[in-house]
Amino acid sequence: MSDSPADSALDFWEPLRSSTQARIGLGRAGDALPTRDKLALRSAHAVARDAVHLPWDVDALERGVAALDLTVAHVRSRAGDRATYLRRPDLGREPASLDDIPGAAAGTYDVAIVLADGLSAAAHDHHAVPLVEAVVRRTREADLSLAPVVLAEQARVGLGDPVGAHLGATTVVVLVGERPGLSVADSLGAYVTHLPRPGRRDSERNCVSNIRAPHGLGYDRAAAILLGLVRGARELGESGVRLKDRSTAPPPELG
Amino acid sequence: MTAYSQTVAGHTYAFEHLIEVLAKASPRRSGDELAGCAAQTDAERAAAQWVLADVELTEILETPVVAYEDDEVTRLIVDSHDADAFAPISHLSVGGLRDHLLEVASTPDSAATLTALAPGLTPEMVAAVSKLMGNGDLIAVARATEVVTAFRSTIGQRGRLATRLQPNHPTDDARGVAAAVLDGLLLGCGDAVIGINPATDSTRAAGELLRLLDDVRTRYDIPTQSCVLNHVTSSIELIEEGAPVDLVFQSVAGTEAANRGFGIDLAVLGEAREAALSLGRGTVGDNVMYFETGQGSALSADAHRGIGGRPVDQQTLETRGYAVARAFDPLLVNTVVGFIGPEYLADGKQIVRAGLEDHACGKLLGLPMGVDVCYTNHADADADDMDTLLTVLGAAGLGFVITVPGSDDVMLGYQSLAFHDVLSLRHTLGLRAAPEFELWLDRVGLLDDAGRIAAVAAGETRLAALVAP
Repeated sequence: MSDSPADSALDFWEPLRSSTQARIGLGRAGDALPTRDKLALRSAHAVARDAVHLPWDVDALERGVAALDLTVAHVRSRAGDRATYLRRPDLGREPASLDDIPGAAAGTYDVAIVLADGLSAAAHDHHAVPLVEAVVRRTREADLSLAPVVLAEQARVGLGDPVGAHLGATTVVVLVGERPGLSVADSLGAYVTHLPRPGRRDSERNCVSNIRAPHGLGYDRAAAILLGLVRGARELGESGVRLKDRSTAPPPELG
Repeated sequence: MTAYSQTVAGHTYAFEHLIEVLAKASPRRSGDELAGCAAQTDAERAAAQWVLADVELTEILETPVVAYEDDEVTRLIVDSHDADAFAPISHLSVGGLRDHLLEVASTPDSAATLTALAPGLTPEMVAAVSKLMGNGDLIAVARATEVVTAFRSTIGQRGRLATRLQPNHPTDDARGVAAAVLDGLLLGCGDAVIGINPATDSTRAAGELLRLLDDVRTRYDIPTQSCVLNHVTSSIELIEEGAPVDLVFQSVAGTEAANRGFGIDLAVLGEAREAALSLGRGTVGDNVMYFETGQGSALSADAHRGIGGRPVDQQTLETRGYAVARAFDPLLVNTVVGFIGPEYLADGKQIVRAGLEDHACGKLLGLPMGVDVCYTNHADADADDMDTLLTVLGAAGLGFVITVPGSDDVMLGYQSLAFHDVLSLRHTLGLRAAPEFELWLDRVGLLDDAGRIAAVAAGETRLAALVAP
């Protein structure tokens, strides 16, 4: 493919591309995108479509989490396969069975971490273990106790409610694979829900999105925000819209 | 109890409540199937449409789908209904209303007629009539309306198509955001709003983004408005802190319970509007609210049930959300039609249909409707579907669309329109930018002799300083 006519224009944008992955400065073929950019979009879409359907590497995740001296438990949602998962969010929020997760009385643990595959297995494969490590470190530094880490398959964020309640956790942090975008197919989101129980509304959660070092939010920064939210929720007695992220540290440099 | 029945091809279909008729008369979509309220067969759907066509508008007015005593959105709809505006159509059935609207749409003064009618229409009437309309009807009726709002630019005039420039960034990086803003401005976008979805809930970060956008706007004297799309309570806090808030954003839905799921009620929206108005930042108008909606939002919050616990179809609930928006004189309202996911709109066909419905229903209720022409990677849709939806919405007189660099929102992980798509559509259909913004584009040398966006080298415009290191 030939370059678009304005080579100097492309040069103008080049230094800016280190500040964003957005498709800036694409040039024009008349009013439309140049051919190479059109085809680049199509191939990125194809990759993202595939990413939705790939399973996560559950053995590698389990090994990675267990290496942090944490017990690992497993749960599947009531969505039996990906096609059902995509059409039935209700089933993705309900456990098929909690039998494989140790139950405990409410308040037994301060914090539970649930890894929910969500819409991107790659997000977990690339980022879950270092993020869990950072969250665990900051949780322990804050002198808060940790429940077993639960790996949840065909799972949506709401699955953390019955799982967190069953674990006896005061606050549940659900790390979920976000829907794959074109440029970013492996981003993790984290949802904090205080006093988890089935029926919690989304407005009762706090979210930190785009956790994806080095281009998105870094692991330690994300963990710092999450622990800030956990502590804030414990003080306030609830998570959700009344709990604001008041972290003041500057955002990380892009690397 | 069988309140309604209809025979199609020798089989008689019975429906026990208006809620069931509305749901089963809806064109097929995954969200209604998920909620368990969709027609079981195409013939049942056709029967429900025959039934709906004969339902009197007065019956709809007297039969709220969600109970008056349980739901403040119903109370808003009923209490604000304008009987005088309704009088000219009060004798009609839903089928009669369809004929009437299409008749009006074919007259030269359709916009004035429909503007006068809007306060007499309830969301349920509008949703009902849309279910009897084909896509072509939805285009014709929407095109016959004209809803004009203003803040620093004027949105919604006929022959104009405005754009939200959405420079999202996964870490709200100032330089990355500025680069996307520059890219959009150079392609003639940003006249409806320059609006960022922030990466976190942090009010501090939101304040910084507001100041960044406000600096860009004032530095180049751009006749547009900025917005950081955070929760309404955060906007109130930011206004109190003295942040430069032009528009207050909030997602809204069609039931009190769904709005509670968003952490809002009508009172807090009113409080936010008063706070934004108190700043007096508009120059050509004082519409200070920006709302987003989308079919499926009530269902996703398990807040989609009506009288007797019956699931209400998502398009009727969506249209009820417009009553919430209407109460606060918004500058902008857009459905995020393809964003909510395949569990609500499964594929390109369903997204296109829903986009046309939302646009037409919002316009009929008097709202400045825009559409986020978009899809996610887990839906069975692609960029060709978006080309189709954008073009039919352009024909329908759409007020504004969402635009991002190269159609790829790197923060929210979905595809909206590229700035380029708007260039193409404005050319194809002869549409122009918002009037104040168009003059500004000319002042900064971005228009060619024909009034179209010139292909300029970015580094040679004075806007380039926006991203100077």
